[in-house]
Amino acid sequence: MARRRNLPIVVLALAVIAVQLASAAAGKPQYLTQLTMAGYYSLVIVGLTLLMGYTGQISLGHAGFFAIGGYTSGLLTTYNLHPRGGGGLVSLLQATGLLVAGQDLYGGDLLVVRPWAACLIAMLVAIGIAYLVGKPVLKLRGHYLAMATLGFGTIVYKVVLGSSLVGAADGISDIPAFPLFGGVVVTGKSALRVHNYYLAWGLVLGAMALLTNLVHSRVGRALRAIHGAEDAANAMGVDTARYKLNMFVLSAALAALGGVFLTHYNGGIGPSEASIMKSVRYVAIVAVGGMANLWGALIMGVLLNFLSLRGSFGSYDDAVFGLILLAIMLFAPDGLLRVELVRRVPGLRCVFGQERAP
Amino acid sequence: MSLDLFFQYLVAGITYGTIYAIVAIGFNIIYNTTGIINFAQGEFVMLGGMIGVTLHALVPMPVAIAGAVVVTMLVGALIEMLFIRWLRRPSVLRLIIITIGLSIGIRELALLLWGEGVRALPYFTGTAVTSLSIGDVHISPQVLWVLGISAVMVAALNFFFARTLLGRQMRACACNREAAQLCGISAKNMVTLSFVLSAGIGALAGCVISPITYVQYDSGTSLALKGFTVAILGGLGNSMAAIAAGLLLGSLESFSIWVMPAAYKDVIAISILLLILFVRPTGLFGNAEAARLKDY
Amino acid sequence: MKALGITATFIFTTILGAGAPQAKGPTIKIGAIFSTTGPAANLGGPEARTLEMLVQEANQKGGIGGYQIDLVLKDSGSSPEKAISLAKRLIEEDKVFAIIGPSTSGETLKIKSIAEEGKTILLSCAAAEAIVNPVASFVFKVAPSDSHAARRIFEQMKKMGISKIGLLSSNTGFGKAGKEQVEKLAPGFGIQVVANEVYDKDATDLTAVVTKLKAAGVQAFINWSIEPAQAIVIKNARQVGLSIPIFQSHGFGNIQYAKAAGPAAEGVIFPASRLLVADTLPADDKQRSVLLKYKQSYESHYKEDASTFGGHAHDALLLLGKAVDKAGTLDKEKVRAALENLQGVVGTAGIFNFSARDHGGLGMDAFEMQTVKNGKFVVFSDTAAKK
Repeated sequence: MARRRNLPIVVLALAVIAVQLASAAAGKPQYLTQLTMAGYYSLVIVGLTLLMGYTGQISLGHAGFFAIGGYTSGLLTTYNLHPRGGGGLVSLLQATGLLVAGQDLYGGDLLVVRPWAACLIAMLVAIGIAYLVGKPVLKLRGHYLAMATLGFGTIVYKVVLGSSLVGAADGISDIPAFPLFGGVVVTGKSALRVHNYYLAWGLVLGAMALLTNLVHSRVGRALRAIHGAEDAANAMGVDTARYKLNMFVLSAALAALGGVFLTHYNGGIGPSEASIMKSVRYVAIVAVGGMANLWGALIMGVLLNFLSLRGSFGSYDDAVFGLILLAIMLFAPDGLLRVELVRRVPGLRCVFGQERAP
Repeated sequence: MSLDLFFQYLVAGITYGTIYAIVAIGFNIIYNTTGIINFAQGEFVMLGGMIGVTLHALVPMPVAIAGAVVVTMLVGALIEMLFIRWLRRPSVLRLIIITIGLSIGIRELALLLWGEGVRALPYFTGTAVTSLSIGDVHISPQVLWVLGISAVMVAALNFFFARTLLGRQMRACACNREAAQLCGISAKNMVTLSFVLSAGIGALAGCVISPITYVQYDSGTSLALKGFTVAILGGLGNSMAAIAAGLLLGSLESFSIWVMPAAYKDVIAISILLLILFVRPTGLFGNAEAARLKDY
Repeated sequence: MKALGITATFIFTTILGAGAPQAKGPTIKIGAIFSTTGPAANLGGPEARTLEMLVQEANQKGGIGGYQIDLVLKDSGSSPEKAISLAKRLIEEDKVFAIIGPSTSGETLKIKSIAEEGKTILLSCAAAEAIVNPVASFVFKVAPSDSHAARRIFEQMKKMGISKIGLLSSNTGFGKAGKEQVEKLAPGFGIQVVANEVYDKDATDLTAVVTKLKAAGVQAFINWSIEPAQAIVIKNARQVGLSIPIFQSHGFGNIQYAKAAGPAAEGVIFPASRLLVADTLPADDKQRSVLLKYKQSYESHYKEDASTFGGHAHDALLLLGKAVDKAGTLDKEKVRAALENLQGVVGTAGIFNFSARDHGGLGMDAFEMQTVKNGKFVVFSDTAAKK
């Protein structure tokens, strides 16, 4: 069983390598830029699939968590503490090695938080907020849950848009690269394009391995029980509130992780990342992928984000998105990649055929 | 703060509140018959305003508004027949996502048709600078128009749902679809009718508020967000409660500007909404039992 | 491996539709990133339409500097992350010679370093000072600076004896940049900002905000935004009985807002490019012929009023053309140097004088104080204001 379960992960890993080789062979290595960005967005999407498809809880505010991750890390790594050098707290932080000194593009002195520390703080902040928000919000049901998560997303959006600390409407620019380990650096520089592509997709692979194993474990069965009939699951002794909260926090953490990495990759972040339209898009991709289908969501998410980021849809970006959404919901409500025809193809069966919730 | 200022903030709150409430009423009608939230409701409001302004170039205003309401009703019927009617036992989530898709589609079509410019009908009474004054408190007559038309709308809807056969049939479908069908009611026609009705109400709202708010291809989205907030705050399905909730939320926003930077107006309004939902998970005037029946 | 390469090329080109149509003669490939949709569509829409029209016109007349223009126009939807992706695509993949746009400051600031590293000329249509200060050698801007607009407003206020003002701005990049300049420059003119509010760009009514101004007892207020809200705010101010002078930013330079506000717009004072009052300019005005030509061709082509924002796209293409002409080659560094040394180029926004230290190029005289009279923009004069 375990071998069959991990087969799709191996297939994905091979596909990631194949795409890179193909793009190099075709002389189009530039495609990797948008594939890298799409990879980071996929982290949000697969996390949300877990929450929506397996736990049955809608969230119209996940762009908020992405933005919390990106903005926190972006702010910490650009907020110049140099003018405050010598102050008690700053000296303390410097002594613990959390700060890094440097120069900006134009020769000014900089003293900012180390990207590693900023990333960790950003993740902790996102997880903490997800926990605090999730606890009361997940008690709501149906439209009220949709409204509450939408409300949370709106609050994050309006706060980043209204706060001059994070650049208000302009967002944060000139965010430094994020040196991970060895020579691996999260940066948008074209010289490091290939290795950033592998880094992004390494993270996606890790997330997929974690999530596919999770949904096949005892936790996964409990989640499906909650989705099917929450009260019955409760009666059977499943601590539904705790499961829902844990999944909410996990999906929020994945969204924040995507936010942190993409922000350092892009070297900037703006309020559009927190907008309601972004949250709606994430939900739509999950639905288009087949709701309880991690692989479907991943594939549709990469495809749509890749094309959108390349500007392939021109000014019809939203229109194309709306049409795809409508068409799939009308004619293939279980998602495009679950149409019975696809499942009958023997080779694809193991990839697409397993995650269906009962 | 002087009393005059207090009342001026209150007037501002009433202005916001009536705009939100008139949009919220449209949400409630479809919810009442189908149990879904129509996320394209804001687009009906936008369409009403846009068509009204376009027609007003050719005909007098009352005719233009009537025309806008009729055309938008037809659009509502068309949408329901093309995208909803033939679905077999759709889940609520699927319907929500379809209406989100529709909302995006209508918005983009409006951008193609009308471009990104802003439009407005003229003020019904007076001009953009006219106001009624009591002491140093001023109110635009258009706000009274919106308030009055909302009140008439709610009264008419209450009469329709409580007293007429058609209205009762629609309510029956909302309560129990199968039982209603067994009694010979065509549930499908009732759903179509609810789209027609809420499209018409949305269009009327769009025309009445356009002198105050203006209308642009994308103005439906933010209006819908506020309308949805108010519908939830009042308790889904209750139009009278929507007006009360609208006025409450509007006043909260207005008075928040008095003490806080205006940039955080929405943050405060939504935080309060969330707090209320945590204490009363089905809105201020909502019925927990009724809401439970419609959960997905 | 070769077979794989061919297959891959085939897949990529057919699925993704890569490859631009081949034009005749020597061509210059120009990229453009505008917010044609999204929150800043008010800016990007006219900019994109202007550029499409002018490129078509230029190509019929033999292109710029003898090169046919191959325009790659992209819509960023007002999102910085998309502008980043598109800028990388235009520079690395489409290998464009220069990029015109983006429409907003937030997007421009994100791609400033990308253009600099990619050694591709960027002619931004956004106004923020941070775009050209500090100077990046390949980054220019064609929109007039907010500080100039603010200074013109303050000069006017001093003439009118105003010292206590309110400041309203929307929560967009445009509003933010203006707000910062007004806050920074006011003390130098002895003007005190006693009420300072930022409102939502989607605001449907601003009665409460103007009530706050009223309570603060200001002698005049400035509103800095580009959305319908700038028409709403003046309406609401008059409705609550605020009869003080109202100043707007150059964002008001779009006649549709003055029309929408009707009688409330009368007497609003704002600095803007002479484009709006082109037909009333004296015959010897340096800009008159450029302005009228652009205005007439835009209005006859698109059947809508020209706005100053479309003019920015006009100026960007004009400046690029002059620089290519002067350099006489398609060497990016040489054209960049030529651009940096352009002097006295008459555009719609004003007269551009670039230098190595000034990549903005416009002076205070780019703005003319204007007002609304009988639903039309006219040049503001103190005597006329006194009635």
